[in-house]
Amino acid sequence: MSKAVSALQGAVQAGFTEVKELGLVGMVTLKADLGAAKTKKAVKAATGLGMPKERGMSGDEIANSVAWMAPDEVLILCEHGKADALVATLTKQLGQAHHLAVNVSDARAVFKIEGSDVREVLGKLTPADLSALAPREMRRSRLAQVPAAFWMDDTSHATLICFRSVAQYVFDLLANAAQEGGAVGHYTS
Amino acid sequence: MSQRLSTGGRLIDRETKVKFTFNDLWMRGFAGDTLASALLANDQMLVGRSFKYHRPRGIVASGGEEPNGLVNLGKHNRHEPNQRVTTTELFDNLRATSQNHWPSLEFDVGAINAALSRFLPAGFYYKTFMFPRAFWKHVFEPVIRKSAGLGAAPHPETRDPDRYEHFYAHVDLLIAGGGMAGLMAALAAGKAGKRVLLVEQSAHWGGRAPVDGDVIDGKSAEDWVKGAVEQLEKMENVTLRLRTQLSGVYDHGYALAYERIGDHVPGENAPRHRLWRVRAGHIVAATGGIERPLSFPGNDKPGVMLASAVRDYMVNYGVTPGERIVIVTNNDDGYRTALTARAVGVEVACVVDPRAEANGELPQRVRALGVPVRTGSAISKVKGLKRVLSVRVQPFAEDDGGYDEISCDAVAMSGGWSPVVHLWSHCGGKLNWDEAQACFAPDPDRPPTNQNGKGFVTCIGTAAGGLQGDAAAKTVGLAMKGLGIDAKDIPVETAPEAPLAPVWVMPAYAGIKKRAKMWLDFQNDVKVSDVMLAAQEGYESVEHTKRYTTLGMATDQGKLSNINGLAVLAEALDKGIPQVGTTTFRPPYTPISMGAIAGEAKGELFQPLRRTPIHDWHEEQGAYMEPVGHWRRPYCFPRDGESHADAVNREIDATRRSLGLLDASTLGKIIVKGPDAPKFMDMLYTNMMSSLKPGKCRYGLMCSENGFLMDDGVVVRLDDETFLCHTTSGGAENVHAHMEDWLQCEWWDWQVFTANVTEQWAQVAVVGPNARKLLEKLGGMDVSKDALPFMAMAEGQLGGFDARVFRISFSGELSFEIAVPASQGRAFWDALHEAGTEWNATAYGTEALHVMRAEKGFIMIGDETDGTVIPQDLGLNWAISKKKEDFLGKRGQERTFLASDDRWQLVGLETLDGSVLPDGAYCIAPGKNANGQGNVQGRVTSTYYSPTLSRGIAMGLVHKGPDRMGEVVEFNTVQGGTVSATIVSPVFYDPNGEKQNV
Repeated sequence: MSKAVSALQGAVQAGFTEVKELGLVGMVTLKADLGAAKTKKAVKAATGLGMPKERGMSGDEIANSVAWMAPDEVLILCEHGKADALVATLTKQLGQAHHLAVNVSDARAVFKIEGSDVREVLGKLTPADLSALAPREMRRSRLAQVPAAFWMDDTSHATLICFRSVAQYVFDLLANAAQEGGAVGHYTS
Repeated sequence: MSQRLSTGGRLIDRETKVKFTFNDLWMRGFAGDTLASALLANDQMLVGRSFKYHRPRGIVASGGEEPNGLVNLGKHNRHEPNQRVTTTELFDNLRATSQNHWPSLEFDVGAINAALSRFLPAGFYYKTFMFPRAFWKHVFEPVIRKSAGLGAAPHPETRDPDRYEHFYAHVDLLIAGGGMAGLMAALAAGKAGKRVLLVEQSAHWGGRAPVDGDVIDGKSAEDWVKGAVEQLEKMENVTLRLRTQLSGVYDHGYALAYERIGDHVPGENAPRHRLWRVRAGHIVAATGGIERPLSFPGNDKPGVMLASAVRDYMVNYGVTPGERIVIVTNNDDGYRTALTARAVGVEVACVVDPRAEANGELPQRVRALGVPVRTGSAISKVKGLKRVLSVRVQPFAEDDGGYDEISCDAVAMSGGWSPVVHLWSHCGGKLNWDEAQACFAPDPDRPPTNQNGKGFVTCIGTAAGGLQGDAAAKTVGLAMKGLGIDAKDIPVETAPEAPLAPVWVMPAYAGIKKRAKMWLDFQNDVKVSDVMLAAQEGYESVEHTKRYTTLGMATDQGKLSNINGLAVLAEALDKGIPQVGTTTFRPPYTPISMGAIAGEAKGELFQPLRRTPIHDWHEEQGAYMEPVGHWRRPYCFPRDGESHADAVNREIDATRRSLGLLDASTLGKIIVKGPDAPKFMDMLYTNMMSSLKPGKCRYGLMCSENGFLMDDGVVVRLDDETFLCHTTSGGAENVHAHMEDWLQCEWWDWQVFTANVTEQWAQVAVVGPNARKLLEKLGGMDVSKDALPFMAMAEGQLGGFDARVFRISFSGELSFEIAVPASQGRAFWDALHEAGTEWNATAYGTEALHVMRAEKGFIMIGDETDGTVIPQDLGLNWAISKKKEDFLGKRGQERTFLASDDRWQLVGLETLDGSVLPDGAYCIAPGKNANGQGNVQGRVTSTYYSPTLSRGIAMGLVHKGPDRMGEVVEFNTVQGGTVSATIVSPVFYDPNGEKQNV
């Protein structure tokens, strides 16, 4: 739908690392018994992907991934226009099994951070131990004063999700942290 | 005079000249100078005035322990007071001004205090300013505040233009101090593959070793340090930081390190300071030691310096504080200064040593150079006012055995070394008194402990107990082994030293006049006589004595004065030093900037600001915004030349007469789903929610366990086991956490899932008699009264938008609240305005919303409630189920004082003169309470001008109010006098609800 827009409509800022809002990304929160065969089957049917391990992600593209969020919760990433259909598939598959599948695409903003070593930027804002973070390990933490979830594909690519209402704050935080002259030299020398 | 030597200075670059000003006088230094060394090179011995007596003060130390050399740095936006000259690296066009004097540094009227010093003893304030009582606030305090204080505070309207940041680091080993011991520890841990962060507060690695000429691993200290740093730089698991001070150690291995990135290179595009927030597996304190001054009369005069500082200035910066110096020392280390001075060509008049003998290697080498060594001696007077002219030397232990006057222009003093135990002590590491070294040293058996009860700080090197050279180096290997890290001992050669003599007062039997000239705390002007007086007046605790005399309470936090002061106190109390003990060591080690503490949180980033999908439109219209939680909502939309009040009245008028639009996106929206959701909803809300039919809406109240009203909103049943709970704008996160708390902690076996979907939806209230016409024009859904009656909900496509339409009203008008996905929110809002032009669609803000709900007598959480109000107080008994066995708050409300009707209850209030009651005004009652204040019987909770009724309307809580309809009561005003108001029903507008139900 052309009138649907993301919070910052693809804002970009480059410093020693580039920060970019990714535009609309489909997201579905699924709460259910993650260990149950029925849940795994429903997720497989909706995404073609297996259930991720604790703090892990299955799938390897932003338009089709399943991320572990909590012992009873996964976040499914998909194309923005497909989220409602995905909710319908999950709901149908899970039937009477206790679950909650809900489209949260528009409640979020997504950022891509790319450049030398993204930990030099994220490390200014999140207390998470970034050197202990495996590739594509979903980390729910905070970014300065707001909640955020992020993962790194490798040390020079990170994707970060926050609430839509604070998208501007998060963009400003990241852009400020990535300003030229601000490289710390802890991860890179 | 102090001056630059013709050669030498290992840290300066004589090829690069740097110019700076001190009190607007241009001076020259070299790249690599500190402000202190550059001032001394320009013979600027006098750098400030002391706090209390305005005594002339010169530089006494060479590092962070400096108490005297404090200046204002920079100007305007970058003005910063109390900056230590010893830790300020020189840069071009640096601007420094001295502090605490008037009219000038050279001539200071405040120095009259020194002449009056015998009338200004310890506890002077407490003794003098007791009576008359009112004088303290209006006379004494303002005068004292004016005369006391060091640097000038920045102008309140200036804004710091620099940027600051935090950085989180997680390491196995955090090492504080880049001297010999710290480097050795980093090498061992680095080789063992540990993640290491090594921080050094100064701009150079190596600490004291290169100055003192130690030989490490067969190499000169300078070469060994260079090699060690090169090795460390190659290790990927090791991070090295200069100009970074480990300033505080906190529980569980958390530590703060303060990095000064931009101070020495102003104008570079880098953050000025960075605060490292470190989680360390273990912290190693290789923080070295601080040399103690000696307490002899006149030890505070410009030109009297620590012996180690004199060496530092000579070796590091090629600067000498004098042409002919006297050294006074109670230990062998002080003799190194004599050797250094001679090596750089400075004359040493003599060494004064209170010990009866001094025959160690160092004293013998000094004697061999022909320098007179006067053992068993003391300095009994320093002559000169703003610089040293001569000293008197007399026998140490005899009262009056005559004296020799020795001319000199500088005095180097050494009272022995105290290990820097601050980092050990911040989290409760305990100390032992070491008789031999005369210092407090860490007790390895009583370290600060972590979450496992294990020590998480280890001191090494000099910090481990005043040891130097090889003995200090050996502590590194031992500590590393304790951490499971293999480390071979690196040999260090230094001259052996004979034991020092603990000398706390010099000469030994100095009388009161001399003791009143012996400074302990140079910055706060605390003397030996003050501490003795405190003891005489009954102060026994060192903590009390500290506060009574202000010893160690200055910006240097007693780095030079604490041990000397408590030793004097111990002597006066006739107790042992360990029995007196130390004061508490608290972070930060030296002051750190407020900017570093704030980090990025300033300006736009001070606080997260939440924006709805329609936020930009509000700003484009020039809306006057107000904070609601972290949201910013439009209060009103003033048009050209319109006052806020006029705008609000216009918005209400347009809405009630035709069509208003409200951005209600901030309303909390929480999904509750599961087989047990109906049961859970009945527990959460006071009313019955399980009986709600799918597709229907019901207003509900949520109480805390104690029965107090905490949130309200419309609940919608989406299907049999799914509810959508609307919460107040600021309340969504709190309510969601409240739900999860009960689900996870109490009812963990109930099958209920919740999700906060507040931001998934943009929500718009379409309000007014023409609301339905607008929706019909957009088309796509049947919004007729029959298809979508009051308190019903429908889903569909409205004008091409995916919409949920709720027929609910917070204004009393025909009203639809329409939720569309947030991504479509702005487009939907624009479409409503476009289609609504024919009905004068008017955006209204929160104030119009408030007035309209007050006209209808609807309560607002936070106005009518304040955490002490129960629904029954607000006449909401209809929303409290009598049938339910239980709900959160039920038992709380059964407590006698809540169940009683003897409470303040909600009523409407109409002033007799039609005016608007002041917000928060109290309803006055006869008589006075126990405190002599007038009694009250109620208060105003909401008050507005109602454009609909053309008069002031208000709601308030009044004692048994609903039983007193028609009664006239009085409300107080800020200006004085009262306002009369009649108690009426809180529903002022359309009491039968006919307008909203069409």
